[in-house]
Parts: sequence; C-alpha cells; structure tokens
Amino acid sequence: MLEQHLAVLPIILPLIAAPIVLILGRSILSWGFATFISGWACLVSWQLLTATLSGGVISYAVGGWPPPWGIEMRVDTANAFVLLAVSFISTLVLLFSKESIKKEIDESQHTLFYTAYLLCLAGLSGILITGDAFNLFVFLEISSLATYTLVSLARDRQCLTAAFRYLVMGTIGATFILIGVGMLYMKTGTLNMLDLAERIHAYDSSRTINTGLAFIMVGVGIKLALFPLHAWLPAAYTHAPSAVTAFLASTATKVAVYVMIRFIFTIFGAEHVFENMGMDLILMVLAVVAIFKCSYMAAVQSNVKTVLAYSSLAQIGYMILGVSLVSVTGLMASMIHIFNHALMKGALFMAVGAVFYRLGSVDIKAFRGLGKQMPLTMAAFTISGLSIIGVPLTVGFISKWYLVTAALEQNHWVIAALVLAGSLLAIVYIGRVIEAAYFQEPENGQANVKEVPWTMLLPMWVLVIANIYFGVDTSLTTEAAKNASEILFQNSTEISALVDSLHGPASQMINEANVLSVEVAQ
Amino acid sequence: MNFILDYYNYWIVVFLMMTGFYIVISANNLVKKIVGLNVFQTSVFMLYISMGKVSGGTAPILVEGVTLYSNPLPHVLILTAIVVGVATTAVGLSLIVRIKRAYGTVEENEFKNQDDAI
Repeated sequence: MLEQHLAVLPIILPLIAAPIVLILGRSILSWGFATFISGWACLVSWQLLTATLSGGVISYAVGGWPPPWGIEMRVDTANAFVLLAVSFISTLVLLFSKESIKKEIDESQHTLFYTAYLLCLAGLSGILITGDAFNLFVFLEISSLATYTLVSLARDRQCLTAAFRYLVMGTIGATFILIGVGMLYMKTGTLNMLDLAERIHAYDSSRTINTGLAFIMVGVGIKLALFPLHAWLPAAYTHAPSAVTAFLASTATKVAVYVMIRFIFTIFGAEHVFENMGMDLILMVLAVVAIFKCSYMAAVQSNVKTVLAYSSLAQIGYMILGVSLVSVTGLMASMIHIFNHALMKGALFMAVGAVFYRLGSVDIKAFRGLGKQMPLTMAAFTISGLSIIGVPLTVGFISKWYLVTAALEQNHWVIAALVLAGSLLAIVYIGRVIEAAYFQEPENGQANVKEVPWTMLLPMWVLVIANIYFGVDTSLTTEAAKNASEILFQNSTEISALVDSLHGPASQMINEANVLSVEVAQ
Repeated sequence: MNFILDYYNYWIVVFLMMTGFYIVISANNLVKKIVGLNVFQTSVFMLYISMGKVSGGTAPILVEGVTLYSNPLPHVLILTAIVVGVATTAVGLSLIVRIKRAYGTVEENEFKNQDDAI
C-alpha cells in the first residue's frame, strides 16, 4: 500500500511525526523517534532516486484530483537527488544533535527542538517534491517558520535578534515569491508547473510575466542568500545552536537554489530567462562578487562559525555561477555542488559544534592546540576543509572540476581563472583554523580537553568518509546530476520548440481559455 | 486619467505595499516592523482577491439563471496565505517577547548598543 504513495512519504512522514514527538515529551524518546522517521524518509528518497535515475518521472495526484486542477507531486532525477542529500544530512544531524543540544538548548525545550526540526524537514521535502507553484510557497513558509524557531532556541541571547532579522527578511522574500506566482496566475490561469511552462511561452513579451519573473528571482534570491540579499545569513548561522546550523547550512539554502533552477528551467524556460531577459549576466556578476567578497569576509572573522557562514555564501556563489553559464555542464556542476557542499558544510559545522561542546566557545583562539587534544574532530575538520578548498580526492575537487570545464566549454577563460582564485581564498580562511589547531600552543587552563562522545563523532566521520568516497567514485553523483540537468534543459527547449511550431493557433486558444478563467476587475 | 481609474485596485495594492515595505525598513521598534510586515502582506492579499473578480460575475454559488461567476480559486489560495501571515506574526511577536525579556527593550538601536558593548 505504501508503495503507491512513495512520492508523498518524505513530506507526510515528518509532518505526522512532528506532533507525535511533541506528545512523547521526553528528550530521549523524541530523539529516537525523530531519528527513525528521518532515516525512513532518507530510505524513501533513495528508492525515489533509484526509480527515477534512468529518466523516469513519478507523478502523484494528491487526494486523487488529476494534475492540472489538483496539486501534483512530481519526482524526477533533479529533485530526488537533492531530496536524498537533504534527508541524508538531516538523519546524520539528528544523530549528532543528541549530545550537542545538551550544551546549547535548555532541557525543557529539547522536544520542541525535535518538533520544529521535523516540521522544517517536511517543509524542505515539500518544496522539492511539489509540482505546484503555490504549494511551493506554502511549503517554503512551513520550513521557514520552523527555521526561525530553531534559530531562536540557543541560550545566547543574540540568537533572538538574529532570528527576528531572518524572519523579517525571509517573510519579505516569501511574499515576493507569492506576488510573482500571482502574476503568473493572472496571465496563464494555472498553477501547475508543467501547465505553466506550456502556457507561459505565449506571453514571453508580456510585462506581467516578466514582472513576475523579477519578483520570483528577488524572492528566491533572499531565500538562498545571493550576494546583495545575504544580510540575514551570517548572524543567523553564527548564533543558532550548532546542530541547527549544520542542518540549515547544508540543506535550506541548497533547496532554495533548487527552487531557482526549477523556476528558470522548468517554468520560464532557459531561453527566455537568459536570452531575452539577460539574467545570465546578472547572475554571473553577482556570483563572482559573492565568491570574492564573502571569501574575503570569511578570512577576517574571528568566530569560526561566522567564517563558515561566509564560506557558505561564497559556495552559493559557485552554484549560481554554474546556473549562469547556461549549459548542461554548468547546470550539472551546480547540481553536483549542491550535493557535495551539503557533505562538506555538514561535516565542518559538526566539527565546530563538537569544539563548542567541549570548550563552550568557537572563537579561533579556542582552537589553539586542539589538534592534539581532539585529534578526531580536528582531522574531520581538516579533511572537509580541504574539500571546501577543492583538493583532489575530495568532493570539492569534483565540483570545481565540472565548474571549470563548463566555463572553458564556453571560452569563459576569466571565469575559470576566477573560480581557481576563489579556491586560494578558501585556503586562507580554512588554513587559519588548521594553523591554530596544529601549530599553536593551547591557551592556559584548557590543558585537558577530551574528545567528544562517539555519537557526535560517528555522524561527523560518516560525512567525512562520504566526502572522500564521492570524491573518488563519482558514478552516482555525476550520473544523477547529469540526468537531472539534461531533463531540466530538455524540458525548457522542448516546450519552447513545441510552442514555436504551433505559435499562432495555440497561443490564441490559450488566450481565449484565459479570458474565461481569469479576468481582472476593471 | 482612465489609466488611474481603470486600475484603481492595483494602485491601492502598490500604495499599501510600499507603505508596509517602508515601515519594515525604517521602523526602529520591532513591533512596528511586524505591523509594517502585516501591511505589506495584506497588500498581496488584496492583489489576489481583486484578481479573481470577473466583471459582472457573481459569487461562485450555483444559482439558476446565472452563468457568469467570479473565479473562486485566488480567494481560496489567499486564505492559505492569510493563515501563513498569521503564523508569521505569531512567531515574530513571540520572538519580540523573548527579546524584551533578554534585553529589556524592543528598540533596535538600543539592543544593538548592548551587543556592541560586550
């Protein structure tokens, strides 16, 4: 029975489990149950990915209402791939959080933490799976509201102002997306993504559609923290509990990148967005500025969590750069980097969380001499740090390799050089921490710091090993990313070709249909 | 002149949206920021609601002798968005309560000063 509902399970499981966790009450019980549910969701995502890897699509009509009218859940390689990354990281972070939150969140709020966490997971899976533009907004808000709560759970009072700031920025972003979707509905009379894609081409030069595109791009830009709209991110990541930061940094912004890719390639069509509207140049400039400005900011911070937050912003720059290259290889580089960056940043933030667990501080001074005292944690930090830099045999190298290949394919020599120069900056900010850990003497009074419990080390090292494994055996990630980007590109070119061939009569028919369904008050 | 009169619903939406946006950006008091955010969201609700109106159409309830109905879908959609707006306001206000407890103020410049002093 569950087989036929496989496509909605990643949303339904955490959504139903969240209130149950609240009823369970005790910290250890809710932890076990939440981890079990997240692991199950991860298993389901794996099944979905294997089912769609060869190009298949799973379409699920919610409540039995057929797609253009009802809400459709639509799983293809692209979202199954990101979904696997999200649920995999989520499970590991839950394992990690058992010990970690003891030091960072009040005992009475542990159950609330797991409830909000599961709601956030349900929202993120929903954004990925849904095939309906308005439904996407609803899931976006479910995950965002849960995120604001999670950020505000830390003991440090600055997390409250960070969460408030995030709430204001996030709500403006989500409302922008809502306006954009409304404008699309005004013209086309539909909310189903595929239906939208088919109809939207008749209105390529319509001002309403283009304004909608602008609103959606800015709204998603806030959510994914694209360079000039990133102000909320560093404070939120710095002051949130470590487990929350590890989860958000490796999933939430990645899901927003996926939303941007979905809107550009599936709904608006790459040709229109890039050639008629010139978004490729805008995105490329912003991405390059993000890489350099944020890597520089990362290099001058003293709080290691802030360093990694700025590093995340720079990495988002790489993902957007891949999108802006407008090629299958470029998009593939972005998709791979979404997955790979989740592995690296998850491990890095867990290592920093482990340091906070023992020392109660994540200032760079606290890292002095830790190489000897917490060898396993610092080794994990070093390996995933090398991965961020892009050293061969790690996943970071694979991402950079495809990105540089994509840039060279189109003779963008300067972009390729800039990507490599960005890696040099990564050496600086990761190197500072490694230098402090291995080549400096510890501060007075922290002579006997012990390694953290194994429940924290295990998920950290699973991610580190994944960092190396997927850096050597790239068959799964490249195949999934390649199929995903081919599907996305095919979608957008196929539909525009279809519309071009039928241009006259088809668009007229659509026009007539719309006059009936949507007429604006005059 | 017709340009203004024909699209008066949009002018209301644009005016409300910019008012709300300005309050969010300029207000120093966090409660006022939330009020601004609400005005901003309400403008979008208005946009959706006026979008569904068909000129001359009546409420979408089956009645004999009526063939032209307004489009109910945007109205239903915006019900969901209103719920989301209420939830956001609730989370925002509860954060403000905790900020007041932790800092003793809800004025942005005052708690920024306190953080900088550390």
